[in-house]
Amino acid sequence: MATEFAYPDAAAKNATGEFETEKMSLSMGPSHPSTHGVLRIQMELDGEVVTKAEPVIGYLHRGDEKIAENMTYNQFVPYTDRLDYLAPLANNMAYAIAVERLANLEVPERCQAIRVITAELARISAHLLGLGAFGIDTGAWTVFMYSFTEREKLYKLFEELTGARFTTSYTRIGGVARDVPEGWNDRVVEFCDQFLPILEEILAMLTRNKIFMDRTVDVGAISKEDAIAYGLTGPNLRASGVPMDLRKDKPYSGYEKYDFDIPVGKNGDSYDRYLVRGEEMRQSVRIVKQAIKNFPEGDWYAKDAKKIFTPPKDKVMSSMEELINNFMIVTEGPQMPAGEVYFEAENPKGALGFYIVSKGGGVPYRMKIRAPSFCNLSILPKVCVGMMVSDVVSILGSLDFVMGECDR
Amino acid sequence: MSSSTADVTSALQEKFPNITARDSLDHQAINVPADEVLAVLQALRDEHAFDLLTDLTAIDWSEGSDPRFVVVYHLYSTTQHGYIRVATDCTGDEESPKAPSVTSLWAGADWHERETYDMFGITFEGHPDLRRILMWPGYPYHPLRKDFPLAGIETELPDPEIAAETGTPVIAAPMMGGPFVASTGEMNMTEAEPRAKDESWNESSEKPEA
Repeated sequence: MATEFAYPDAAAKNATGEFETEKMSLSMGPSHPSTHGVLRIQMELDGEVVTKAEPVIGYLHRGDEKIAENMTYNQFVPYTDRLDYLAPLANNMAYAIAVERLANLEVPERCQAIRVITAELARISAHLLGLGAFGIDTGAWTVFMYSFTEREKLYKLFEELTGARFTTSYTRIGGVARDVPEGWNDRVVEFCDQFLPILEEILAMLTRNKIFMDRTVDVGAISKEDAIAYGLTGPNLRASGVPMDLRKDKPYSGYEKYDFDIPVGKNGDSYDRYLVRGEEMRQSVRIVKQAIKNFPEGDWYAKDAKKIFTPPKDKVMSSMEELINNFMIVTEGPQMPAGEVYFEAENPKGALGFYIVSKGGGVPYRMKIRAPSFCNLSILPKVCVGMMVSDVVSILGSLDFVMGECDR
Repeated sequence: MSSSTADVTSALQEKFPNITARDSLDHQAINVPADEVLAVLQALRDEHAFDLLTDLTAIDWSEGSDPRFVVVYHLYSTTQHGYIRVATDCTGDEESPKAPSVTSLWAGADWHERETYDMFGITFEGHPDLRRILMWPGYPYHPLRKDFPLAGIETELPDPEIAAETGTPVIAAPMMGGPFVASTGEMNMTEAEPRAKDESWNESSEKPEA
């Protein structure tokens, strides 16, 4: 970055010594368009250069972990929607698998495939928003319009599957809320086919865009070592050159069956983070298509787990045993053994982890939510120093965080 | 799991005889005395390739337990693809538990420790800037402690300092009776919130048999 100024004449240059300068403190947020939610950054500026940046978080703190200790496992599913509210389906899946690990329960293949499809669609939808908002931050409105048109199509698919566009609450412990509707898979493939050319169009608007590149290349570069030391995960870590993807490294929900690549960046700057997300959407489409092509027949929930998954409604209405079972699961919660598990899923923002400590029964004793956005934001004081104020906007956009998840 | 991360526990025990295996349903897990945590975590990071501190949190085993607070670390190896859970009992008494800070090993531990301090009141010794992160400065409680009720405790609102600085009085959002909140009449929040009232959910009393 150029640090030398062109002074109009020599006299002005000599005059600089006489001015008294002081550092300015600037509070960016909590409601600022580029902080994507309620994040405040307390900055100290020397002219337009940031000398200190201190994120202030907690504006959206709702005490999800405390709430989780006070309700049954299934009752908490709607709260997971509100963590990373741009990809609720992926959160639902991560939470359900964490509790299933506790119960040592493996869901049927069909259920796994449904979860993979929904999680990957959620990833596309989350990355589209991230990209659109990043575009706006760097002065490219058009991208946002294109990506939101595609998101709308995805929301229509989500609505058909789950009954809700935004807060889906789709998974249950041991399965999903309902099987896929007839013809839904075909409509997903249809979406994928028309989406790919549009994605290329969207990316073409940014990838070689001079203004966009000026705003992002070499801005907010994070080294491999720093990324790991600060606990970054997901696209932000991969952009720094660490090929960590839990879908490949610790496969869950049958990810080992699918063929896909992990994009890895080189410089770890804003531009690389953008490139990684763009490529991830292409890979997600690949996974969705494979999952639908080999869509397994059979059960869509764990039928044998009678103390965990509620019986089908028609049986509840006609058989005493099923009625009692249904009543017990709804009131007491799915019955879990005592013990502790930690499960992380590769969410759009990074590794979403659930650490569950159980004393047995239907309520967790302690549940810690490891939010990727929380860890990703903690590096902000380090990367912002020495940047211009407008670069901070670009860095925030490229880190792609969600405050609902960060503050819990 | 690959061979080099597989049998970490016994390899560590040779060097640190005080380590014991911890019950776990999934990953390998160890209990470490508080004074050895830093050395053990450093060994895990440098010798056993657990390079990513993915999570740091605490468990409150409720009033009167010994120990009451346990700090739990989850490490992940980006090269060997394995997890390990490290737990350590806090030192100090119930009101002011203490644990060593690991910010010197992972810069990312900074926020995790601030959060754990905020939620449990555990003091991380050696932390460069230990203050609240999710709750506001000056908040008097540690909400994830088991003796803190779900309904919350009504408190003075943020910082009289900020109010004085900005000249704007801070008015609390109504806990009840506001435009979008159902009124509970004469009751206070702890009485009105049904789950907070239900003793069966409380750690201090046993849940009655159905």
